[in-house]
Amino acid sequence: MPPSDIPATEGPQGVGDGSKDQPLIVFDQVVKRFGDLTVLDHLDFSVAPGERVTLIGPSGSGKTTILRLLMTLEKVTEGCIWVGGEPYSHMRRGGHLTPAGEGYLRERRKRVGMVFQQFNLFPNMTVRQNIIEAPVHVLGTSKAEANARAVELLDMVGLGDKIDAHPTQLSGGQQQRVAIARALAMQPEILLLDEVTSALDPELVAGVLDVLREIAETTDITMLCVTHEMGFARDVSHRVLMFDQGQIAEEGTPEQIFGEPKEERTKSFLRSVLDNE
Amino acid sequence: MFWDFQWTFEVLPDLLRGLGVTIQVTVVGYLIALILGLLIAIVRRIPIFGSVLHAVMEFIRTTPLIIQLVFVFLLAPSTVSGLTVGIIVIGVHYSAYTAEVYRSGIEGVAKGQWEAARALSLPGRRTWGAIVLPQAIRKVIPALGNYLIAMFKDTPLLLAIGVTELLTEAQRVGSASFRIVEAYTAVGLLFLLVSVPSAILIRRLERRYAAV
Ligand SMILES: Nc1ncnc2c1ncn2[C@@H]1O[C@H](COP(=O)(O)OP(=O)(O)OP(=O)(O)O)[C@@H](O)[C@H]1O
Ligand SMILES: [Mg+2]
Repeated sequence: MPPSDIPATEGPQGVGDGSKDQPLIVFDQVVKRFGDLTVLDHLDFSVAPGERVTLIGPSGSGKTTILRLLMTLEKVTEGCIWVGGEPYSHMRRGGHLTPAGEGYLRERRKRVGMVFQQFNLFPNMTVRQNIIEAPVHVLGTSKAEANARAVELLDMVGLGDKIDAHPTQLSGGQQQRVAIARALAMQPEILLLDEVTSALDPELVAGVLDVLREIAETTDITMLCVTHEMGFARDVSHRVLMFDQGQIAEEGTPEQIFGEPKEERTKSFLRSVLDNE
Repeated sequence: MFWDFQWTFEVLPDLLRGLGVTIQVTVVGYLIALILGLLIAIVRRIPIFGSVLHAVMEFIRTTPLIIQLVFVFLLAPSTVSGLTVGIIVIGVHYSAYTAEVYRSGIEGVAKGQWEAARALSLPGRRTWGAIVLPQAIRKVIPALGNYLIAMFKDTPLLLAIGVTELLTEAQRVGSASFRIVEAYTAVGLLFLLVSVPSAILIRRLERRYAAV
């Protein structure tokens, strides 16, 4: 089912009016279906610049789908996503918003980076090559400059001595830290993190979370984070969104959501996560 | 019957000329198969071209090479030599097989690799050239090597269009002097001379690339 044109050129409220505190990301009535399955059902939410948002919710509630839509790995079925006041899933053509073409998407998604659950490092490249590949071939950064930045980033994630290693020679935790460095090398405005510690052995989780805490403290990158690490979510996020059945069941500060959840669905979800630990 | 070294040396130049043709056909034909097969495997992923190319490849694989050789030779202008026709036909024929090999290699590259490339906004050129193909080809080097050997063994079929390579040369000089055994033994040794080093080379390539 192709996404249809949207007649209005005006964005949803607060978008495109040039005001200073306009949201960075806006989901405007976003519907995502896979065949007959409606995963996101007229979803509305927005994220402010520099905000760190944690997405929680039961399996299948659409958290990964939201991040994949933002990374343009999936296309919206209905509705529109806006980034920085400009349409993102769509582009302006005449007086309409029409589903974005490949060229438009490639240009727009440069400001978005993603770290995957399974790391997805390129196994045929060294750590260094993994990190400089996109800056050199997408941003046109010189090799020397990209290299210098790779060294800095690897130091930050504590892997300065692994720059010439191959991913297969690294532990899962180390691979994930390289993947974080690789995403940051593109200097994204928005960083998407999808259960980045779920595939790791328990003793390797802390190292990765420490790196993310540092990024949260030292940069103003907007972060959307799907995680079951409630302690981490509480520490770094400004806001928690609880998803259920393709909609936001409840949202609030970490203190509100983890401390005194109002919705029964949130309570039972949090109980089930705690039981698993 | 005893071995006649004298005679063997006398016919050696003829046999070596035949071997030269065999090697020429194999090397150039294989290069065609490697390059064309790769192009086909990539273009096949484009929906419109996919089914057409698939049908053509299927046709090439299901008709005998010797018929393809004769057919193209008869259609080709008379200025084109049998050797040229032979090299091109055998190369194109084998590209139908190498394309399948590449395809399986490409499909074996994890979905996450494509997604990571996309997440980094890499252009298609880099996604294919620096990420997908290096990983895909590594995995299929042994299978590609098998087709090199198969092609080497198929070169005598070029006799059908008048190209005399090693085996036909041996048959000619052998039956002319009633020394078939010597001639064929010499051929066997020459084949070994080529295939043993090739096999060692292929094995080394395999070892080198399997380690990822
Ligand atoms: N490509 C796809 N084709 C069909 N269905 C899909 C596809 N991707 C996701 N789904 C379905 O969409 C629903 C939402 O998936 P999603 O991965 O977004 O959930 P999630 O909230 O991330 O769950 P989890 O906590 O298990 O990771 C699931 O029912 C899933 O099976
Ligand atoms: Mg998920």
